[in-house]
Amino acid sequence: MGNTTSFGVTAVLALSVSATAAFADNVKIAFIDPLSGPFASTGTNGLHQFEFAAEALVNDKGGVLDGDMFEILAFDNKTSPKESLIQLQVAIDQGARYIVQGNGSGPAHALTDAIKKHNKRNPDSQVLFLNYAAVDPALTNEKCSFWHFRFDANADIKMDALTDVIAANEDVQKVYVIGQDYSFGKSVAEAAVANLAEKRPDIEIVGNELHPIGKVKDFTPYARKIVAAETDAVITGNWGSDMLGLGKAIIENGFTGPIYTYYAAGSGITGAFGETGKGTIRLIAEGQINPPATDEATAYYEAFRAKYPEGNIDQPRISNVIAMLAAAIEEAGTATDVVAVANALEGAEFDSMWGSKIIMRPNDHQAIQNMHIAVHTDDGITFDYDNSGFGVVTESEIEMAGMDSTSTCDMKRPK
Amino acid sequence: MDLILVNLIDGLVTGLLLFMLSAGLTLIFSMMGVLNFAHASFYMLGAYFAYQISLFMGFWMGLLIAPVIVGLAGAGIERYGLRRVHQYGHVPELIFTFGLALLIEEIVQFIWGKNQMPYSPPEILQFTLFSIAGNAIPAYKIFMLCMSMGIFIALLYVLTRTRVGMVIQAALSYPKTVEALGHNVPLVFMGVFGVGTALAGVAGVIAGPVLGTFPGMAFLLGSIVFVTIVIGGLGSLWGALVASLLIGWITTFAASYNVAMADILVAVGFEKPADLSESALRDLWSLTLPQIGPILPYLLMVLILVFRPYGLFGKRDV
Repeated sequence: MGNTTSFGVTAVLALSVSATAAFADNVKIAFIDPLSGPFASTGTNGLHQFEFAAEALVNDKGGVLDGDMFEILAFDNKTSPKESLIQLQVAIDQGARYIVQGNGSGPAHALTDAIKKHNKRNPDSQVLFLNYAAVDPALTNEKCSFWHFRFDANADIKMDALTDVIAANEDVQKVYVIGQDYSFGKSVAEAAVANLAEKRPDIEIVGNELHPIGKVKDFTPYARKIVAAETDAVITGNWGSDMLGLGKAIIENGFTGPIYTYYAAGSGITGAFGETGKGTIRLIAEGQINPPATDEATAYYEAFRAKYPEGNIDQPRISNVIAMLAAAIEEAGTATDVVAVANALEGAEFDSMWGSKIIMRPNDHQAIQNMHIAVHTDDGITFDYDNSGFGVVTESEIEMAGMDSTSTCDMKRPK
Repeated sequence: MDLILVNLIDGLVTGLLLFMLSAGLTLIFSMMGVLNFAHASFYMLGAYFAYQISLFMGFWMGLLIAPVIVGLAGAGIERYGLRRVHQYGHVPELIFTFGLALLIEEIVQFIWGKNQMPYSPPEILQFTLFSIAGNAIPAYKIFMLCMSMGIFIALLYVLTRTRVGMVIQAALSYPKTVEALGHNVPLVFMGVFGVGTALAGVAGVIAGPVLGTFPGMAFLLGSIVFVTIVIGGLGSLWGALVASLLIGWITTFAASYNVAMADILVAVGFEKPADLSESALRDLWSLTLPQIGPILPYLLMVLILVFRPYGLFGKRDV
C-alpha cells in the first residue's frame, strides 16, 4: 500500500516536472514601469532598451541553458505603488519569474515588500526583483531583501563619487544644493552636505533648498539666488521638466560653473539643453557612452540605433541586468529555481561592455561598479542623445565607487 | 536693493505672461458664463505649432503664424462644438471644454511624443541685454515684456476705444438687446473665443522656449490661470491684469527670500522646541518661504473667496 502511494506521488511529481520543462522554453521577465502618464517617455525608452538587450545579448546568441529564450512582458504601473502590486500579480500569473522595475523608489519599496511575502507563501512560484534604477539607499540597507538586486548605484554611492570629484577640484570653494521637495531630493541634499563636510571642510554650502516638485513654472528667482550666492558649483537631483527648467534658468542668468546632476540627459532633455548647456551640465552615471568604452559597446549601440532611430541608450545598466541574469541562469543550470539563480547572482563578477567591472555585493545585493562623471557637449560625441548632436562625454572615472561603503542590511536568507 | 529691482522685472515678465492667458479666459468667461478648461491647452498648442514652424521658417514666422492657427482652431471649436453644446446648459459646456483639454494633450503626445522639445529663443535674442549687480537680464526676457505690454495696450484700445470693442462689451452684458439692434452676436462670440485662444497661443509661442515645451506645460500653467481670474474678478480685464502681476510678484519674491517659518514664529512670541524631531509641528517649524512660494497664489485665492467672493474687480459672484 505504502509502496503504491509513493509510486503515485513520484509519478505525479515526474509528470509535473516534465510539464514544467515543456513550458519553460521562455524565461519570462516582467517589466513593470510607467508606460503612460507624465513619465511614460522614460518608461518606454527603458522597455526598448530591455527588449533590445534580451534580443541582442541572449536570444541572438542561442538563448540560455538549452535554447531557452528571454521574453520581456511589459506592464504599465503608472509610477504608482498600488498599481505595481496589481501588475506584479498579473505578471506572476503569466509565469514571470523575474521582475524588473526602476522608475521611482515608491513602487520599488512596494514591490520588494510584496515579493518577500509572495515568495514566503508560494515556494513553488518564487520570483526575483531586479531593480535597475530605483536609487533609494534604504532598499539595500534597512529594507534589504534576499530577493532584491540593485544594478544601479544607490543615491549615497553616487553622491560619494560625485563629491570625490568636487573635493579634488581646488577651484570649488562654494557649493549650492537645490532639489525637489520629497524624499529623494532631501536625501540627495543630506548626502551632499555630509560628504562635503567630511571630504572638504573648507567648502562652504552657500545654499541648500528645496522647491515644490512639478509646481514651479519659472525657475528664474531660484537662479537669481544661486548667482547672487556667488557659488562655484551647483548640485541637484532634479529630473524631468524640473531639471530642464532649473538648468536653463541658471545658465541664462549667467552662471558658467559646473552644474552636477543625476538625471540631465536623454528623454529630450539633452536636445532641449543643446548649445546652452555645453560645458556646464555634468552628469553622474554608471556607464560610459562617449567615447565608447569597448568595440562591443560601439556595435551594440549602432545596432540599437538601427532598430530605434529615435531612442537613446541612457540606461546602459539595463544591458548589464540582462547579461548578468543570463550568466547567473547558466551558472545555476536552471531558470525556474530562482533561489539557485539568486545564489549565483550573489557575489557575481561581470565585465560590462560600458567600461567597468561589476560586483554584486553579497551582503546587501548592491552592484558595485565604476561611476563616470560626464559633461554635456557636442565635441567628441560618437553617440548623441535625442538626435541633437549633443551628448555626454566622460570626464572622470571613480573606480569601484562605494566598494567599502557600509550597509545596515541584515539579510534573511531562505533555508 | 539691486535684487529687488531684478525681482521686480522677473515678476513683471511672469505676471504679464500670465495676463495674456487670463485675459482671454476672463473674456470668454464673461461671454459663455462657464470656465474654459481647455484654455491652457491652446497655450500648449501655440508653443508646439510655433516650434514646428520654427524648424522650417524660423522663430519669427512661428510667432506670426502659430497664434493665427490656434485662433482659427479656437474659433472653429466655438462654431462647431461649443455653440451646439451651449443649448444644453452650462454643465455640458464645462464637460465639453474639460474633454477638449484631455483630447488636446493626447493629440500633442501622439504627434510630438512625450519628450521635451528643443524649442529655443531666436539666435538674435540670445544675449544679455544688461546686468544688475551680476544678475543677467536676457534680451529675450525684455522682448517677452514688450510683447505682452503691446498686446495689453492693443487689447485695451480695441475694447474701449473702437466700435467693435463697444459691440463686444455690450454683447457680453446684454446679448439679447444687442441682437435686437441688428448685430450678429454669435459671430461676436466666435470672434472673442478665437481672439482669446489666439492670445493664449501667443503666450505659448513666447513662453515655450523659456518655460519648456512638453505635454505637461498646459497642466502646469492651467490651474494658476484659473486662480488668476478668480482673484481678479471673473470677467474683468483690469482684474486679470492686477491679479496676474500680483501673482507674478508674489511667487518671484517668495522664491527669492529665504524667510524661515521658525523666525516668524519666534518673532511672534512662540518658543522654538529644543528637539525638533520630537515635535508634532516640526514640519511647520522647518518650513521656508521658497518651499511654499508656488502655493501662495492658491492661499490668496482662498482668502479672496472668503472675504471678497466677486474678486478684486469683479462685479458678479463666483
